[in-house]
Amino acid sequence: MLQVDGLTKAFGGFVAVNQVSFAVAPAEILGLIGPNGSGKSTIFNLVSGTLSPTAGSIRFEGQEIAGRPASEIVHRGLARTFQIPRPFRKLPILENVAVAAYFGRNGRIDRGTAVERARAALALVGLPGDPDARTDGLGAAGLKKLELARALATQPRLLLADESLGGLDHGEMQQAAEMLRRVRGEMGITIVWVEHIMGVLMKVVDRVMVLHHGETVAEGLPADVVRDPRVIEVYLGRGHAGA
Amino acid sequence: MDIFLVEAIVNGLLLGGVLALLALGLNLIFGVIDVVWIAYAELVMCGMYAIYWLHTYYGVPLPAAAVIAVLFVALLGVLVHKLIIAPILGSAPINQLLATGGLLFFLQSFATLLFGADFRNVGLRLPIIEVGEIFVSFARLLAFGVALVGMVGLWLFLKRTYIGIAIRAIAQDREVMILMGVDPQRVYLVTSAIGGGLAGLAAALLVLQYDVHPSIGLSFGPITFMICVLGGLGSMIGGFVAAFIMSQIIAIGGFYTSIELSYVLAFLLFIVMIFVRPQGIFGGRS
Repeated sequence: MLQVDGLTKAFGGFVAVNQVSFAVAPAEILGLIGPNGSGKSTIFNLVSGTLSPTAGSIRFEGQEIAGRPASEIVHRGLARTFQIPRPFRKLPILENVAVAAYFGRNGRIDRGTAVERARAALALVGLPGDPDARTDGLGAAGLKKLELARALATQPRLLLADESLGGLDHGEMQQAAEMLRRVRGEMGITIVWVEHIMGVLMKVVDRVMVLHHGETVAEGLPADVVRDPRVIEVYLGRGHAGA
Repeated sequence: MDIFLVEAIVNGLLLGGVLALLALGLNLIFGVIDVVWIAYAELVMCGMYAIYWLHTYYGVPLPAAAVIAVLFVALLGVLVHKLIIAPILGSAPINQLLATGGLLFFLQSFATLLFGADFRNVGLRLPIIEVGEIFVSFARLLAFGVALVGMVGLWLFLKRTYIGIAIRAIAQDREVMILMGVDPQRVYLVTSAIGGGLAGLAAALLVLQYDVHPSIGLSFGPITFMICVLGGLGSMIGGFVAAFIMSQIIAIGGFYTSIELSYVLAFLLFIVMIFVRPQGIFGGRS
């Protein structure tokens, strides 16, 4: 589904992502973890087209998408959410999602279909689909749901989920994780999930990749990765690696 | 209340309609593309010349000439974006100001080259209507009505169509809108065409009241820009309200003092506002 090879991004002399390679199979959930500044968000920006790579290749369903315009990448079936929700505050909830449904398919659907798809996405995440509901009353969990609904409304085959648990309480975290499971289970959408909160992520993902200083430190099954000395060193420091 | 004061207020209200239309166009472009078209009023001048030329030289009826002018200035708006704005969209705002400022002088000089510095008009004399004891120019009344219809039409377009919703959304968060699959260049072109079209509509309304000459833009450009700043740059509702505040200052100030002094008062208010509330009444971008 997604094949990334030798991906590198330098900002002047600072290399944010250095020769990172990974692959994601159809309907798989890959977790991407690492401390702040490890390059996770930069990888999302590169894959979603917000940034162009300095070097390397990004192939989505066999097609090279590195450096392509972000809007074109969405039309190809790749969507992303943001760590900090960014709703259109002046638009009602339904229009927030309907506009994504309409343009996500490059305007090839009619207004009625866009609204129908928006309502379906809102129902999936548990938000109201009536035309007057505003974004003002939404709390952290509601805004995360809206973020996810907008991405799903573009009808992606691959979803880049950026810190879907940030700012949520324990119960909301479980709900959000369950929702991502349903997105994969019911819609067959492949997911790459960046997260800080490892406990919840590890229960959901099929595989996990750990980044540090823009490079891959470890990759494998969650149970194996958490015992990897290199990962323990990244998170807890050198003294804990052999403990 | 003094009947002449009432007349001044009514005339101010009618002037406010056309100024609101101009401010709406400029605000729309700034809100979406983040560029101030300093030469916006010169596009109005182009539209006025187009109507004058079509009507006087080719005998095109005024309503048809007005429609052609709206389409012509809409096309000019697209060309301004494609040829001048798009190549420097990522550069410093001062470059964009200088480029559209250069366009202002180019259009003025080009109009002088084609038509000379003479004042020209379409030769239409519309009646003065008496309502009670107040005398109102039919041309102003027509301009006010059509400007309102134009603004309602734009509101419906922005509210009811997806490209309209995209225009509103991209003005709020450009990056997110791109990640919803919107091609920003397409939105910018549509916005430029609408902004140009509104300038064309304003031209069709102003040519009924004013002579056209190469410097006519200077009569409306600075006041339109001030209205946008006063209302809050990029805020369409703010621009609408500020247009009527400014037009009333000019009308009532003109009644009590002179029309020249009323413009001085309006400019003074603008300067005070820059210090007191640079983000404008409705809190746009300062």
